[in-house]
Amino acid sequence: MNQISFLLLFPLAPALLLAFISNQIVRNLIVWVSSLALIFVSLSLATAHLGTSPEFFSVDSPVLEKLFFAGEIILSLYLLWRCRGINKKESYIPVLIILQAGIGIFLELSGKLPKVENAFYVDNLSIIMALIIGIIGTIICIYSLGYMKEYHEHHKEMKENSRGFFFIFFLFLSAMFGVVLCNNLVWLFFFWEVTTLCSFWMIGYSKTEEAKRNSYLALGMNLIGGLGFSIALVYLTFFTKAPTIELDKLIHAGSALALIPACLICFAGLAKSAQLPFSSWLLGAMVAPTPVSALLHSSTMVKAGVFIIIKMAPILQHTTAGLFLAGVGGVTFLMASLMAVSQSNAKRVLAYSTIANLGLIVTCAGVGTYEAIWAALLLVVFHALAKGLLFLTVGTVEHKIGSRDIEDMEGLIVLKPFLGVVMLIGIAGMFLAPFGMLISKWACLKALMDASPILAVLLAYGSAPTLFFWSKWMGKILSVSSNAVTMESPVDTNEATALTSLAIPTVLTCLLFPLIASVAIEPYISNLYGQTMSLSRGNMLIMTIMLGLIILVPLGFVFYPRKQKHVSSYLAGANVSGSTSFLGAMGVVKDVATRNYYLSAAFGEAKLSKASVILGGALILGMFVVVII
Amino acid sequence: MAYFKKSPWIFHYDASSCNECDIEVLACLTPLYDIERFGIINTGNAKHADIFLVTGSVNEQNRSVIKNLYDQMADPKVVVAIGICATSGGIFRTCYNVQGGIDKLIPVDVYVPGCAARPESIIDGVVKALGVLEQKAMALKHEQLVESV
Amino acid sequence: MTKIALVLAYVIGGGVLGGLLSGFDRILTARMQSRKGPPLLQPFFDVLKLMDKRTVVVNNYQTFYVACFLIFIVLTGSLFFVGGDLLLTIFALTVAGIFLVLGAYSSHSPYSTIGAERELLQMMAYEPALLIAALGMYWVTKSFHVSAIVSYSHPLIAVLPGIFISVLFILTIKLRKSPFDLSTSHHAHQELVKGLTTEFSGSSLAMIEVAHWYENIMLMGFVYLFFASSPIIGIAATILVYILEVLIDNMYARLTWQFTIVSSWTVTAGLAVTNLMAITLLLK
Repeated sequence: MNQISFLLLFPLAPALLLAFISNQIVRNLIVWVSSLALIFVSLSLATAHLGTSPEFFSVDSPVLEKLFFAGEIILSLYLLWRCRGINKKESYIPVLIILQAGIGIFLELSGKLPKVENAFYVDNLSIIMALIIGIIGTIICIYSLGYMKEYHEHHKEMKENSRGFFFIFFLFLSAMFGVVLCNNLVWLFFFWEVTTLCSFWMIGYSKTEEAKRNSYLALGMNLIGGLGFSIALVYLTFFTKAPTIELDKLIHAGSALALIPACLICFAGLAKSAQLPFSSWLLGAMVAPTPVSALLHSSTMVKAGVFIIIKMAPILQHTTAGLFLAGVGGVTFLMASLMAVSQSNAKRVLAYSTIANLGLIVTCAGVGTYEAIWAALLLVVFHALAKGLLFLTVGTVEHKIGSRDIEDMEGLIVLKPFLGVVMLIGIAGMFLAPFGMLISKWACLKALMDASPILAVLLAYGSAPTLFFWSKWMGKILSVSSNAVTMESPVDTNEATALTSLAIPTVLTCLLFPLIASVAIEPYISNLYGQTMSLSRGNMLIMTIMLGLIILVPLGFVFYPRKQKHVSSYLAGANVSGSTSFLGAMGVVKDVATRNYYLSAAFGEAKLSKASVILGGALILGMFVVVII
Repeated sequence: MAYFKKSPWIFHYDASSCNECDIEVLACLTPLYDIERFGIINTGNAKHADIFLVTGSVNEQNRSVIKNLYDQMADPKVVVAIGICATSGGIFRTCYNVQGGIDKLIPVDVYVPGCAARPESIIDGVVKALGVLEQKAMALKHEQLVESV
Repeated sequence: MTKIALVLAYVIGGGVLGGLLSGFDRILTARMQSRKGPPLLQPFFDVLKLMDKRTVVVNNYQTFYVACFLIFIVLTGSLFFVGGDLLLTIFALTVAGIFLVLGAYSSHSPYSTIGAERELLQMMAYEPALLIAALGMYWVTKSFHVSAIVSYSHPLIAVLPGIFISVLFILTIKLRKSPFDLSTSHHAHQELVKGLTTEFSGSSLAMIEVAHWYENIMLMGFVYLFFASSPIIGIAATILVYILEVLIDNMYARLTWQFTIVSSWTVTAGLAVTNLMAITLLLK
């Protein structure tokens, strides 16, 4: 329990401190010390509790109850106050806030809220999430030290608010720990809405018109999801035979009793994870500074959404509603992957890829069988690492080359070798065998096929465009023009540390995933389902061989370089100087330039967004219809 | 070493030829002469080829191109000048813009005269070039052995 | 022990068989064009000649990618013939393909790059069909392992006809036959000069050629799986399929990438997916 209290309360200390301290050196110190403390405690939580059964902790404190209630009111009031800046289209937002607050007040004052036996808990899934928040989250904080400095150097016109930035970062970490360690659904919901608030603040950080509109969009969509959560709480208090607001009791209640609230909570999860039809807020959120995109919008906050859906999985197992939910995830995976093909803005590609991967996790969770959850948990781990790494790398690269367009990252492997290698590790981690995502995809296919072949077909079609846009990007980084030279501009220490600290685990988790699976994932599943699965010996051997080859063969080439004759590339013989320019029409010398295919006519957002939103919305509607009937 | 004789890949460039010799070269690839039965393939790419067939009398624009393509070819390589224009400039020899014979730019191994050179001559020339290719390959191998020692 | 023997058989025999298959392809093509064609062993002469050339490169890295491509193709084929997991085989094949694509990208040449883009488009076109074929086989035989699929007692073609036809369709893409040889072409064809393989020469080119042999043998093995319950019919069917592919190659001109993707995905959806739905509803 000590570690839980520490993880929940401690981040508030640096948050408050950093809100008032402007001195860079002191700030760096506080961030480093707090981060190391959080990493240490997260790890000790893991070592202490990484076992088989979940452990519960009760907190008997009416003061705490009142505090949470007060917090909800303050939060709602603050959000209403912030709604001053909305325009006509966003007028649904204050309505939602009032509704939500109203429901909250009604529940609290009715006195009918069920007594909570265990307010907090820890099980393997919470530990995995806590490690992600505590380790990846803090690494991103450290990265931000270097990033925000350079960000404001590049954007001198923007008002600097680093104090607010770091305050919100640590507040967010605290809220995320709350989401994954809290058994009391009302309190969990409070933490949930705090993360919404943090996201709202961060997206609007730059205070440009675009940022403001996108922050309201994010707020609005998350509030819609939050409304679902609130309605679930009402249902759990008044409309069930055995009222409970405890997460574990809900999960063990089984589908017959718990399906409706589970679907409502999953609805909130869908909004938070930017699944269709709610995907636009995540795309809009890319205007935020890159560490925000890494922390909130890929590694952590959106994981809260899928986290809660995974928790609901045993209830959704073998139900039609669960299949509809899985359908939402599957369609999201397919459509987001297709739309990513047409994007050349690196952050948008990463955003679409995030949405797609979260969709895949939702699909597995909706299916809810033990095989599917095994795949989903692996996906959570690998995605958090690789995507966080990619966002951070893109952030640094953007500062160094002045652009976040993939076309400008040509030859990065020679221009900026460290960043190029790290980016390649991130991209490889996202889709290449034998890296983690591949193992997850393998497990997904099997699990989905056993549940519903349509879902497996969606996965088969969706994985094709993913290989296209990732390979395109990799090719761009590796496409070296013969006159390319390494640019000298060193990467900030904080950023470099963060990048290395994420790159190495990305590779290590691939090597060690059987260990991770058997220690963390499989106990969780066998505890919940009574049986578990694991990768067979043969397949593990194959993975090891492939990984070994991918590491050893490049080393072989580094240590045994062959001397070969260099010639220019084929430009129909019209080369002017080596391979970089040629004699074009009218005797004009032209430079060789290569561009990737973006196929916007076929895969453009304009064409696909509308259909995606309609499909997603229809499937969610279907889920609720099925559940009510 | 016999493999160059068994699998000679050709690469053809038209250095401002009137196209007659080019047509005859392509005629060699048709079923009537079918040089693929000797393993000859017309690759469109200098890096893949062993034999460089050049036609035409060479003007200003072609000079750098011919040199560039020749440089891009992998050793061992041979050059066959097809037609009298490639050999010496032919009837265009005295024109102001004509180089007159590709051997002024790159080393030529076999000359196939004619205007236009007939497919039989071209095949004969390529076969002669194969002999030269074999010799060059042997010399290259010897050189490699000496280098590695 | 038998696994090692199988791997060795594939590494040695597969290469030889692949080369012979390639030679057979060229002779068949020539005869369809009223020509005599090269001798059967011509592909071996080609590779041996290429090994004797002094390789020229555009940059220092491209040979590495091709070496990885070859190694991973051999790994994929070995995995397949040892009886391993079919899904992993498909994923390993994807990795191998991507190495070749990266090798083409690395030279920063226009022809290479467009070839690489088209190769990726081709991969995008055939991936769903391959995966759905694996899913179909899994449903019928209850296993993803090639060893189980091969030893299944009933002919898979009887229950997976739609999937089989979609596999034939994408096989045209995989074997680099017209109308879908967009990214690079083989033998005497040219596309974008030589597309993907433009900037490779000598030993690199030899490695690519040999890798294609291994890949083709593996693909033929995949076709064989549909007829595995009776080996003689299986081998005959596989040979017939290959002859059919060569015939299609000679009948059609190259088409566009748009047509490639649209037609592949439509055929997959229309035939493979409906087949899959049917067997999941009818078979348990």
